[in-house]
Amino acid sequence: MDYKDYYSVMGVARDATQDEIKRAYRKLARKYHPDVSKESDAEVRFKEIGEAYEVLKDPEKRVAYDQLGRNWKAGQDFRPPPDWDAGFEFSGGGYTAADEAGFSDFFESLFGRGGNFRAGGFSHRPRSRGRGEDHHSKIEVSLEDAFNGATLSLQLQVPEYDPQGRLSSRVRRLQVKIPRGVTSGKRIRLAGQGGAGQNGGPAGDLFLEVQLKPHRLYQVEGKDVFLNLPITPWEAALGGKVKVPTLGGAVDLNIAAGARSGQKLRLKGRGIPIAGETPGDQYAVLQIIAPPADSADMKALYEKMAREMPFNPRAHLGG
Amino acid sequence: MIGSQQTYQPDIEYSFSLAEISRCCGVTAEQILVLVSEGVLTPQGSTQREWRFASSDLGRALSAVRLERDLGVNPAGAALAVELLDEMQQLRERVRLLEALFFRR
Repeated sequence: MDYKDYYSVMGVARDATQDEIKRAYRKLARKYHPDVSKESDAEVRFKEIGEAYEVLKDPEKRVAYDQLGRNWKAGQDFRPPPDWDAGFEFSGGGYTAADEAGFSDFFESLFGRGGNFRAGGFSHRPRSRGRGEDHHSKIEVSLEDAFNGATLSLQLQVPEYDPQGRLSSRVRRLQVKIPRGVTSGKRIRLAGQGGAGQNGGPAGDLFLEVQLKPHRLYQVEGKDVFLNLPITPWEAALGGKVKVPTLGGAVDLNIAAGARSGQKLRLKGRGIPIAGETPGDQYAVLQIIAPPADSADMKALYEKMAREMPFNPRAHLGG
Repeated sequence: MIGSQQTYQPDIEYSFSLAEISRCCGVTAEQILVLVSEGVLTPQGSTQREWRFASSDLGRALSAVRLERDLGVNPAGAALAVELLDEMQQLRERVRLLEALFFRR
């Protein structure tokens, strides 16, 4: 098991005052709180910080931890000295911020498992009346599946304690029917599929938060779908009919003469359909692409335009 | 249940009663009422008995409860944080959209 340097986790000196430790904790907790932070390792860091604070904020635990000595390095293989806690009395209880986080083996070898440690993520809450915990998980859904509906096979890692109280995880396979028209942030609730109930209580629920996978062509905002639509300069100048892909199949789009780059053309109702609401729209965002002058003929055409189409797009810049 | 394969027909537009959202967040109904009065949650329905909270309210409520518990902020502070986080999320989405549309090449 690895030694943990709680002082370096908290970024405080070994002789820091309780006030300094509290301030450091508050600051780090705000930075790495999984609801606030965009750092990918936020949840891991937040748990580490919670564990370090659990020890350093409590004078009894801090003194006990300090007397392990300062020669240990973080990550060094650690065995607690045989009588390391002789002469200390832990009043126990009072676990606060991180009380459900599942502390490290290092912590548990020193201070025990406490009464109330729970498996898994920070969002699992202990319940009264023996009802199982609700579990929360995220699932990635492709835009096509969100548009058409689909049945997805999911594999979820479920942390659990075995009868000996050891933490392990097992893989659980679920088939979940994704209804037509889900969008990012929607939650799918699988009743009774969360943690098992205690003493015959009912099982908790499993909530799956939908996250749309990035798509090769389309961008999604809410229920609207955006597509970059490249057009030629002559299509832009003269107008014309072009084929546009949509999630429901290709459609013809009329481009009015004098179209500009960046113009948004709405294809009404061609976005994501949502039951009981008006469906989203698709927007084609025009991009005028000039053909490359990569042959003598093309160069000649561009030179003809330069001669015969007096045009200064920078006139308003005073150029 | 281990290794079992089942197909679920989920409730997608699930909305929650006051009792259900309290239970999902692991807090008392009083704590949810405070979040409603702070404007974090906006249930539909005129009386508390008829209140229905949307699926998106659950995410906001969970965030607010965790922020209060973990950061030691009061409900008004958690409400402010949740609103700012929502706004940041929307702006991030908007930036991502605009970048993908206009700066890809």
